Amino acid sequence: MTTGAASADGIQGGRAHRGPDLFQWLCRAGAVASVAVLGWILWEVFQQARPALEELGLGFLTGANWQPNRDRYGVLPFLVGTTATALIALLIAFPPGLAIAIFLSEDFLPRPARQFVRFVVELLASIPSVIYGLWGIFVVIPLVQSLGTWVSERFGHIPLLSGPAYGNSLLTAGLVLALMVLPTITAISRSALVAVPQTLREGAYALGATRWEAILGVIIPTAAPGIVAATILALGRAMGETMAVAMLIGNSSRLSWSLFAPSGTLASLLANQFGEASGMQIAALMYAALVLVALTLLVNFAGEAVLRYTERRTAGIR
Amino acid sequence: MDNPVTHASDFFGDHAVESTKMLGRSLGNRVLTGLCITLSFAAMIPLASILFLVFKNGLPLLGWDLFTQLPPAAGMTGGGFGNAVIGTLVMVGLGLGLSAPPALLAALYICEYHPGGRLAGTVRFVAKLLTGIPSIICGVFAFAAVVLVTGKFSALAGGVALAVLMLPTILLTSEQALLGVQRTYREASYGLGATRFQTIFRVVLPEAMPAVMTGIMLAVARAAGETAPLIFTALFSQFWMSSLMEPTASLSVLIYNFSTMPFEYQVKMAWTASLVLVLLVTATNVTAQLVFGKKH
Repeated sequence: MTTGAASADGIQGGRAHRGPDLFQWLCRAGAVASVAVLGWILWEVFQQARPALEELGLGFLTGANWQPNRDRYGVLPFLVGTTATALIALLIAFPPGLAIAIFLSEDFLPRPARQFVRFVVELLASIPSVIYGLWGIFVVIPLVQSLGTWVSERFGHIPLLSGPAYGNSLLTAGLVLALMVLPTITAISRSALVAVPQTLREGAYALGATRWEAILGVIIPTAAPGIVAATILALGRAMGETMAVAMLIGNSSRLSWSLFAPSGTLASLLANQFGEASGMQIAALMYAALVLVALTLLVNFAGEAVLRYTERRTAGIR
Repeated sequence: MDNPVTHASDFFGDHAVESTKMLGRSLGNRVLTGLCITLSFAAMIPLASILFLVFKNGLPLLGWDLFTQLPPAAGMTGGGFGNAVIGTLVMVGLGLGLSAPPALLAALYICEYHPGGRLAGTVRFVAKLLTGIPSIICGVFAFAAVVLVTGKFSALAGGVALAVLMLPTILLTSEQALLGVQRTYREASYGLGATRFQTIFRVVLPEAMPAVMTGIMLAVARAAGETAPLIFTALFSQFWMSSLMEPTASLSVLIYNFSTMPFEYQVKMAWTASLVLVLLVTATNVTAQLVFGKKH
């Protein structure tokens, strides 16, 4: 495309160009505006968070109490909740996510079967968050409740599995989140697997490797950076996911070790409290939003960087 | 027994050991393949469960009244969610109107004017980062930029939040659409003496339009289902919408509000609203794919 535009410049020469190209300036303005949006978002949130930034400082990040009625704001429980739910989601979603990506990039079953699985995953991606939440309330919460009661009665001495078990819990949110990030993992891993040059696969077969020896020994290692990028981007998505989590996690600001205890995430905190907040609480929530933006930007930045590195690397192999 | 695999192990001497090893390898192969296929089809289970429940719980209430009446007060029965359907359409339309023009212009800039330039690289990267920003942050932004400034929750604030959400999607899909137009088309156009402006409007855009529309419809489908950006910007309303500057109902916020109510009827309505939303989103997606599929 670059060369096309450049040579076009030369060809164009004689004709046209009556006055400056206004449309080009319009396009440039659109481009600048699109970039400026990110800056504007950060500036607005930062501006609104300033009173809290000045008053609470870094203590905001380490404080374990969130009590708006006493003007006490510490975001630690929500930071922990955000990290924990996202990690649970990734742990659960990664194996099937990668398996589906492999399934889609290999020819285990004829094409229609693969297309069907692909359609299912795409449909999973298109279901709105709030419907996952509604479904979670009626399916996952009772499931986790009974599972949690059973487990905590037997293994309650392990802090991670201690009771009392609630349906609205860290595990419930993690489970539903896993479902929601599965399409991300599958889609990006699949394109990384498909991008592995056919010659590498043929080479492995020629050396006598079985199909899975080729997959595990050659294809996955080659696609590894792309799979890592998929996981990182899924992590970013899981950390920012709001509605389903807000409906399922129980929205508690108390720190707990147990998977079966209610918890909260930064995003669910914002969803729950913004509508009715005023004064200092707004500033504190904006501060929390700033932390969330910083976290997700960092994670996505890392994911994109790895993805770019992958593209360059596979381009080298070809 | 007479397959090449056993012959190969014959060649290596120790027949018994080699053939067990071979058997192990082929067994491992089969187990992993089976596992992979099983996991792939297991993804169907939650999807089937979601769709089954949405249809089972949503269908009984589905009817015309839903689209012409207002939501019932807490604890009451009857009514519909006509105002929420309108609210969703208006706010998604507003978001589209605000985001599509700059997104398209930016896509044209990075594809047609200076594809290799620094600004183009920045635009691509920022757009990727923007797609990764949690949707609730779009709501926080609109809250700060519109709600706090105008002093009230409004459809406008909801529209702005959705616009921020849709901008990077439309930009990136439009870029792909423009990249899909063959270079030879442009060269032919320039060869005939067309200016760049003429080339863009007479050749590139008509050729890329189906794919651009697909991107726009995907963005619309996603925005229609979003709740987080609306929950504290547009809030909710029990009444018909009369201006852009007042709290406005939407289907997704209705599902959220009603799903946590202790009244059976309201919960049923949340399921029905989910059904309507799923149908709306899926119809948009399928139409988008069909339009795109026809062209390529």
